[in-house]
Amino acid sequence: MEQSIIAFYEKSLGMKQVLMDAVIETLTMSLISTFIATIIGFALAIVLIVTDKNGISPNQYTYKILDVAINMLRSFPFIILIIVLFPVTKFLVGKHTGTFAMIVPLTIGTAPFIARMLEGAFKEVDRSVIEAAKSFGTSKFQIIFRVLLPEAFPSIISAITLSLIIIIGFSAMAGTVGGGGLGAVAMNYGYYRFDGIYIFWTVFILIVLVQIFQSLGDFLYKIVKH
Amino acid sequence: MIDIKHLSKYFNDQRVLDDISLKVNAGEIFAIVGHSGAGKSTLLRCINGLEGFSDGEVIVLGKEVKNLNESGLGELRSQIGMIFQNFSLLNQKNVYENIALPMKVWGYSKEQIQKRVDELLKLVGLETKKFVYPKELSGGQKQRVAIARALTLNPKILLSDEATSALDPNTTKSILELLQEINKNLGVTIIIVTHEMEVVKKVATRALLLEDGKVIGLGRIEDLFLRPDEKMMKFLGEDEELPEEGVNIRLFFPSNVSYQPIVTKMARELDINFNIVWGKLEKLNDHVVGSLVINIDEQAATLITDYLEEKTEVIWEVI
Repeated sequence: MEQSIIAFYEKSLGMKQVLMDAVIETLTMSLISTFIATIIGFALAIVLIVTDKNGISPNQYTYKILDVAINMLRSFPFIILIIVLFPVTKFLVGKHTGTFAMIVPLTIGTAPFIARMLEGAFKEVDRSVIEAAKSFGTSKFQIIFRVLLPEAFPSIISAITLSLIIIIGFSAMAGTVGGGGLGAVAMNYGYYRFDGIYIFWTVFILIVLVQIFQSLGDFLYKIVKH
Repeated sequence: MIDIKHLSKYFNDQRVLDDISLKVNAGEIFAIVGHSGAGKSTLLRCINGLEGFSDGEVIVLGKEVKNLNESGLGELRSQIGMIFQNFSLLNQKNVYENIALPMKVWGYSKEQIQKRVDELLKLVGLETKKFVYPKELSGGQKQRVAIARALTLNPKILLSDEATSALDPNTTKSILELLQEINKNLGVTIIIVTHEMEVVKKVATRALLLEDGKVIGLGRIEDLFLRPDEKMMKFLGEDEELPEEGVNIRLFFPSNVSYQPIVTKMARELDINFNIVWGKLEKLNDHVVGSLVINIDEQAATLITDYLEEKTEVIWEVI
């Protein structure tokens, strides 16, 4: 018993460098992708909320086209999306494997998801508050940035937290088709070499990462929510 | 100040406002009354262009609302404050930021904003709540913040959409008193939409009664409530149970005679007995007015009517 614990400890110590590198790769992929996807998702959400039939400047066609496009992108299983996007990734990054290459499918795959969640956050804002803002002559542009954005801000924090966690999960998936990070370690060392200890540590680290980001998100939410 | 002519509005095929004409004068408190779904909030929203309309004219502060472009409408709205049933405050902003919002939107300087917000906080009696967030306020306090916000830009008109409907009777009273004060001291014309008759009776000088988008009454509060016609009576849910024998005479006591002992004096002087079969005293707009229905033998009817005509200021009718 004691011997096996020592063996586990020594083996784990030997993996330290591989796992550390993988964590940094995973964080790089996830954080950069979340950042870009949030910006894209935010812009899409603004267009959705503005052109919605109950929005401040309804436009049925714009809304419908965007709506369908977002649904289409969201219906791809992520692993298939990575493969479908290989040519796009190669065009943008120069290659379709590796940590940085994976930022492309991660961003494109999650931006529509973030757009939907932010749209939901904006829709939660009481319509009568928007009406009140209109009643003292607030322009459409100001309604978005002085009313919708501050009122939806706590929900936006929650949405970004959730997105980051989903992207961490997706990034691990990306590791199986040429991406780097914890997914690649679990695949290369754990699956192909049948090394259970690698699987154990990658899963363990992923759980800890998700916990950290969720707690951080909850903490931020509490600070900004009034 | 506000001149609405033959206003109609359709929602799909349904007519929600039907040929409404009314004038609101500067400085008055005008009430739009009706049961829910009567179209009163829609009518109110036509005044500041939050709702469009199909036919007719809505002229506010000399401008036809229908013809205004976006910036013209914004300009007009800056002169019309509005308050709502559920207060419509920004929950993520504190009291100060909520009241300051209209001025921020219109690009006032920080000093101007601070000065104005302090004035308004004093007016609505919330100086101590300046940096408090709405969720920590009671309903009445929230509505006070909303009123302050509606007054930030010194509007000429204040629209109130069921502003007291979510409040308890005491809070309702204090909010109505605040509105009266604003009307009197700042000269703001106030239009109140409500389904609560008590609100109308307490503050309004004139009222419009709406049912299914149609006007069923328009006039001074005293006339509407004290001499209700059949429609109005039905609207108020008042059913008079009157005896079928003899003659029923309704007496109206305007505010200047409502405290005089007219009825007993008449009985004594004419030496006639009669039944008081129905009656009410009401406080309308801080004046006490009353109406009474008496029942007498047919032979004595002329004696009574002659007496009422010659010796009193009471208005009467045989019903």
